[in-house]
Amino acid sequence: MDKWAFGITMMVVGIGGTFLTLAILIWSIQLLKKLFPLSAEDGDKSKQS
Amino acid sequence: MLAEILTGLSGLTEGVQFLFTLGGLKNVAMLLIAGVLLYLGVKKEVEPLLLVPIGFGCLLANIPMSELMHQGIDSGARQVFDIIGAPDAAKALMKEDTGFLRLLYNAGIANELFPLLIFIGIGAMTDFGPLLENPRILLFGAAGQCGIFLTLLLALALGFPYLQAVSIAIIGACDGPTAIYVAAQYAPELLGPISVAAYSYMALVPIIQPPIMKALTTHKERTTRMPKVERSVSPNVKLAFPVVVTIVTGLIAPKGLPLMGAIMLGNFMREAGVVARLTKASENEIANIATLFLGIAIGATMGAEAFLKPTTLAIFALGFVAICLDTVVGVLFGKLWYLLSGGKINPLIGAAGISAYPMAARVVQTQGQRYDKHNFLLMHAMGANTGGQIGSVAAAAVMLSVLKGMGLI
Repeated sequence: MDKWAFGITMMVVGIGGTFLTLAILIWSIQLLKKLFPLSAEDGDKSKQS
Repeated sequence: MLAEILTGLSGLTEGVQFLFTLGGLKNVAMLLIAGVLLYLGVKKEVEPLLLVPIGFGCLLANIPMSELMHQGIDSGARQVFDIIGAPDAAKALMKEDTGFLRLLYNAGIANELFPLLIFIGIGAMTDFGPLLENPRILLFGAAGQCGIFLTLLLALALGFPYLQAVSIAIIGACDGPTAIYVAAQYAPELLGPISVAAYSYMALVPIIQPPIMKALTTHKERTTRMPKVERSVSPNVKLAFPVVVTIVTGLIAPKGLPLMGAIMLGNFMREAGVVARLTKASENEIANIATLFLGIAIGATMGAEAFLKPTTLAIFALGFVAICLDTVVGVLFGKLWYLLSGGKINPLIGAAGISAYPMAARVVQTQGQRYDKHNFLLMHAMGANTGGQIGSVAAAAVMLSVLKGMGLI
């Protein structure tokens, strides 16, 4: 593999892989927020603190 | 008798004599560089926690005849030499002790332990709350890493071999421990310049970023106000987040799991709240000790022969370009988001999508208020900045896993 093929592969797969990983994390966070919604008790605790 | 005295005296002057040789002049140059690092750390307070030990390590390693980075023979090799009946010359070598800086290097840099210990501390110090309130802002953390990959192309164009080019490009992660972790494994010969460049540019973020942010945005974009961050995240989400990140990134890019696992371990302890002693130890004692040892050991790699090369200048130039490109792509991504959202996102936030935490977020807040005194971007910028921390580690992890997939590591 020549250096340009290597560099472009790394760039495309690297940027794509990073965006994909973080996109999956965004989806995971949104799922977590649905699974564990903020309760009234949590809200009161945060106001006290 | 006189001859013995003179011979003894010559032992006291070997170091001075060496300084006046051609090789010695290189040491003098490195001692001056050590002085500059110490000056920047102490008087200008440029990343003092790192530059002071790095500068002193550099000083120690470049005093002639100090042998502090000398690699001796380990106990296993001594036993082998005994068994095979090594000749006298080899036995003489066996008596050589390993220098104390080499011991530190072997103990925590060669095996990547110190950067990982620091990462546990960083995780324990980081509040991912602002990011969890608005998870989409994590995409800024991906955009802020594009400089890494663009710089990789530049490094290849300059003729650096693949693994050296990857290690140099990681400076663009704006993340010292990640840069050290990667360079120590795949380009240990460049560890000194890469580490110094990474930490120096992290400290220069408040100087490097504002002109780029101004040049790429209009006054209207810079004065865009964003709504106050409402609290919408339960403690259970904050607790589950580090576990989920570890599993997801570990499955996608297992080569980077030590980095992400360490930072998320620290954050999990913080959010669990039941191991306060361990959390405090991670963010204080452990991180401080690891930082000290890491700094000295990195400084010790700055020997004259390894550092005084044209490649060092190229590494510093590429590191600068990498951080500029991170900011450019981050702000341009912010502009795109501004357009797509109908003007609801301030593009300056994009500059915070790097790992220099919380410095980059503060730069965004300062720049935002420079053009509108009542514009409060800090919490949004903090979200992007913590996203940049995750993004930088994810980018490094993805890079390492792609390299493994290509069979290069």
